[in-house]
Formats: sequence, structure tokens, C-alpha cells
Amino acid sequence: MGWRAVALVGWVLVIPWIAAAVLDLPMADAAGPPDLEDKVRAIASELRCVVCQNLSVADSPSELAKEMRNLVRELVEQGRSREEILAYFVSRYGEFVLLSPTKRGFNLLVWVLPFLALIVGGCGVYLVARRWTEGREAAVPAVDPAYAERVRRELRERERLSDS
Amino acid sequence: MSWKKALIPLASVPVILLLAYGFRTDPKAIPSPLVRKAAPNFRLTIFDGGELSLEALRGKPVVLNFWASWCFPACYEEAPLLESTWRKHKDQGLMVVGVDVQDKEANAREFMRRFNFTFPNGPDPGSKISIDYGVYGVPETFFIDREGRITYKHVGAVTPALMEEQVKVLLKGS
Repeated sequence: MGWRAVALVGWVLVIPWIAAAVLDLPMADAAGPPDLEDKVRAIASELRCVVCQNLSVADSPSELAKEMRNLVRELVEQGRSREEILAYFVSRYGEFVLLSPTKRGFNLLVWVLPFLALIVGGCGVYLVARRWTEGREAAVPAVDPAYAERVRRELRERERLSDS
Repeated sequence: MSWKKALIPLASVPVILLLAYGFRTDPKAIPSPLVRKAAPNFRLTIFDGGELSLEALRGKPVVLNFWASWCFPACYEEAPLLESTWRKHKDQGLMVVGVDVQDKEANAREFMRRFNFTFPNGPDPGSKISIDYGVYGVPETFFIDREGRITYKHVGAVTPALMEEQVKVLLKGS
């Protein structure tokens, strides 16, 4: 039954994918040339839907986001570049309209700090772990020489007794 | 070793400072990059016929209000104030202009009749003007001076005191 089950699972996984691929083709044609729509979607997904919570202009069903997508499409059709279009929205709404902050100035902190924290934290964990293990080695107490001498003497005594 | 112990409470200082800063700012108050900049030009097709562009109003101070008939209660609260401001100051050259956002024309006309709007109002097809002014929602009001610069932006219903203060600023620059 093993290989049949594998084949069945394989088909179950593959069929929806083929169906989606086949059904998707006419859908992409409906709104405009596929590369134009791809470009519009790519730019719109970098813009924050200003009336939503954590949704991009590409994903929001709101009226304003729809109008923004139309505007992006219009600007792309006019031959404006991605940078020009994003700059236009920033000039109107401020940097807030970008879903990911630009990598310069004060914003760099947002990009650098998590990695910095990871490195500093990692070093901290390493140092603490090293101190703990060193501590354990040092914890073995030095043997009192008098006590050691007594053990040795008693062992000798014992051997002598058992020999005789 | 006492300085090492002091490090623990010291480490909390930047955290407390950050929180003190964060809790004192309103996360919803996003400053408009347009304030103190040139107001974007627009062409508005007036409901009562005709066209109006900001360029043609150069030399006149303008109160530009974005509203909608579905915007309740804020737009309903400030509508009488817009009309009274227009009547009070139009002889001094003040313009009040209304942009109706994402609305049905019949509803918009009903709204204007209800509040006896006599200043020019027009729809914003495709939300072009709204996006050009970085509008988030309605109502939002922009105060534009005689040189066409935005002096102030207000989000939400304008209060009589704020309207008086901002219009005074606009009229003074003559």
C-alpha cells in the first residue's frame, strides 16, 4: 500500500497547483498586460495602506487603496520608475507610507540593531557559559595534605595487615 | 565590584527613556510632509457647474476641506462652521473650498443642501486630489496662504477656536 499512498498524496498536492496555474492565466490578462500588473503589484506591495492596520496597498480591499493602485498603474504606464513613484507617495504621506523604512540616517538603527543585539547577546552567553564551566573546575577543593597523608598511611597499614 | 552591580539598574535607563518618549507621542499623529510647502495644484469640477483650480486662487487665502456625506459625525459637526467661516470672511478675500471624497453624488448634494453650502464644492474622482494632499480620511482641512503655501493641516473636525486662529493667520499675511 506504501507507494500507492505516496502517489495519491503526490496527486493531491499537484492537482490544485496545475489547476491554479491553468486558471490563473486568463485572470492575469483581465486587468492588463501581465508584466504591467506585476510591476504595479510589486510597487503597491511596498506602500502602506494608510487607512488599514498593517496592510499594503496591494493587499487592501479598501477604496483608497484601490484608488492608489490605479494611480500607481497610471504612473507606471506613464513610464515612471519604481523610485519615482515611491518618492511621490513619500512626498505626500511621509516615510510612514513605506512598509519598510529606508536604509539610511536614523532608520539604519532599525536594520542594524537586531543583528548587533544578536552578536552582543551571543558574546554575553558565551562569556557567562565559559565562566560557569571554569567555576566548576575550580570548585574541586584542594586536598588537605595532612588528610592525604593519613589516607596513604591507613592504606599502607591495611596492605600490611592483609599481607600478613 | 560595586560598579558592576550598578550596571544592572543603569541598563534600565535607556529603556525607560525610550518608553518615556514612546508613550508621550501619539502613534496616530503622523506629521504631513506638505505643511510649509507649496500646496499641490488641483482642478475641481464644481457640483453647481464650472471648474476651479488652486492656481486661479493665487493671492487669496484658502481653507481646503475634504469631506464626505458618509462621514458621520465629524463632517456633520464641522459643516456649519465651514459655511459660517465662508460667509464671515469671504469679503476679506478668504476662499473656502470643499472636496467631496468617495461619495455618491445624490448623497453629497443632500449633504450640501442640509447645511446650505454656498461655497464651491466638487467631487474627487479617483481620489486624485485626496492622494495628492496625503489625505488619510475625512474630514481633513488644509489652510493655504496667499502664496499657495500650506500653513496648517488639521485632521478631524475643526473646532471654532482653531478655525478662527488659523483664518486669522491666513488673513494677516496680506
